Amino acid sequence: MPAINVSTALDQSHASRVFDLAEMPLRELNQALHNLTLGSNETAWEVLNPKGSHSVAVGVDQPVTIDVRGSVGYYCGGMNDGSAVTVHGSAGPGVGENMMSGSITVKGDASQYAGATGRGGLLVIEGNASSRCGISMKGIDIVVHGNIGHMSAFMAQSGNLVVLGDAGDALGDSIYEARLFVRGKVGSLGADCIAKEMRPEHLELLQGLLDRAGVTGVKAAEFKRYGSARTLYNFNIDNADAY
Amino acid sequence: MCGIVGLFLKDKSLEPQLGSMLSEMLISLSDRGPDSAGIAIYGTPSGSEAKITIQSAKPEHDFRNLDAELARAIGTPVNIAVKSTHAVVRTTPDKIDEVREAIQALRPDIRIMGAGDVVEIYKEVGLPEAVVDRFDVRSMTGTHGIGHTRMATESAVTTMGAHPFSTGADQCLVHNGSLSNHNNVRRELIREGMKFETENDTEVAAAYLSSQMAHGKNLGEALEGTLSDLDGFFTFVVGTKNGFGVVRDPIACKPAVMAETDQYVAFGSEYRALTKLPGIDNARVWEPEPATVYFWEH
Repeated sequence: MPAINVSTALDQSHASRVFDLAEMPLRELNQALHNLTLGSNETAWEVLNPKGSHSVAVGVDQPVTIDVRGSVGYYCGGMNDGSAVTVHGSAGPGVGENMMSGSITVKGDASQYAGATGRGGLLVIEGNASSRCGISMKGIDIVVHGNIGHMSAFMAQSGNLVVLGDAGDALGDSIYEARLFVRGKVGSLGADCIAKEMRPEHLELLQGLLDRAGVTGVKAAEFKRYGSARTLYNFNIDNADAY
Repeated sequence: MCGIVGLFLKDKSLEPQLGSMLSEMLISLSDRGPDSAGIAIYGTPSGSEAKITIQSAKPEHDFRNLDAELARAIGTPVNIAVKSTHAVVRTTPDKIDEVREAIQALRPDIRIMGAGDVVEIYKEVGLPEAVVDRFDVRSMTGTHGIGHTRMATESAVTTMGAHPFSTGADQCLVHNGSLSNHNNVRRELIREGMKFETENDTEVAAAYLSSQMAHGKNLGEALEGTLSDLDGFFTFVVGTKNGFGVVRDPIACKPAVMAETDQYVAFGSEYRALTKLPGIDNARVWEPEPATVYFWEH
């Protein structure tokens, strides 16, 4: 077991509070984060040895930074409301699930349903995301540097999903109103998801998202936009025989 | 839920540690399934022996004098090593079917866990750590192995309902998920002559693969067939005498992560299962793609 390297953390511009999950239970970390109040001086946190732990830094509601040194399991940063989480590794299923605000950056890959049901904030995956990325997203912005898997943005309601690589099959199936920007190939579009015109306001929006996600050397004009054809909004009586 | 693991060694120097590595992997996933646990270990082939892993609810009664009675029945000595509720019966490869029949005739209550040249299978109701301790899995040597911790959905919590399931010589399978067309597939396989011990869906998947391989398909081709012939949710991890394979259904909602280094290929339902493996920080770690067959052979 590696020794806790507190000095590394202290070398930064201000002292981080270091939690070594090899030494302390996860519950203590999350409780300490939940105990934070507005104006706390403990604005920088560092988590060591996550080793695939579930629910690291869930439900944080203060604007602190949390650096997680390693790979995490399910639901890292879930329900985040204002903190800036960076995972220096890969993330398991449901990273940033139901994020409200703030940001989560995953330096590696993300597993299934990254950013699911997210209502706000920015989720950046610097590697690839797996299936169901942004499923039922409700206002979150998601930027994936690599590819995303199948059934991504399923029933997406609002927000923006930006993919620098390729998207898998059934992108945006049964989508309501989210905007999907894909730079590479799309395996196939899901029901009621169509390619849409990229108007100046979309280019501006997308450029802003790329800038916020720290993406350089990529132009908004390289992307295609996809969204809802809005034909599933209301029941069509002509389809009654299909049920 | 369920948790599954697999480890296929490329580096022979790790073989003495296979049992302990696989045990740690499985124990780390205990909270994915508390009902029962099991492990299959592929030992180093000796060329001159075959083994049958048997299980009994009354081991003191069923295993007593079994070696002598079997030797009398088949006319040649057998070796039996008892481990708690299980025992490994060793004989020569040409006698394996005869020994199997003799066991069933002499002790009808004994259950056959699996048979082959190298595989040993241990499974019981209980948490992975208890099962690993009971059968001293940590001390086992081998080339590859698979394991499972079960949260039962499709059939009863019993020893026979635990994974791995073995339906052919040195073949076994662990499964995370649930199949919806297993009754139909079971009927078809029974018509073909396959025998089933349980009502369990996973046993059908194991038997399906055994049947495909009996028809001449290799492990990869047999796994490919599951994508069209089995309906439901599955991540399968499969072992054969010299091979190790993984396949996920096209929806792929059951989690899976793999790691590969020069020393091994490892599978876990979650990354947690892989964190104690040597060199994991520099391993290639990836999520296996849906509807894609992965397999390795020695």
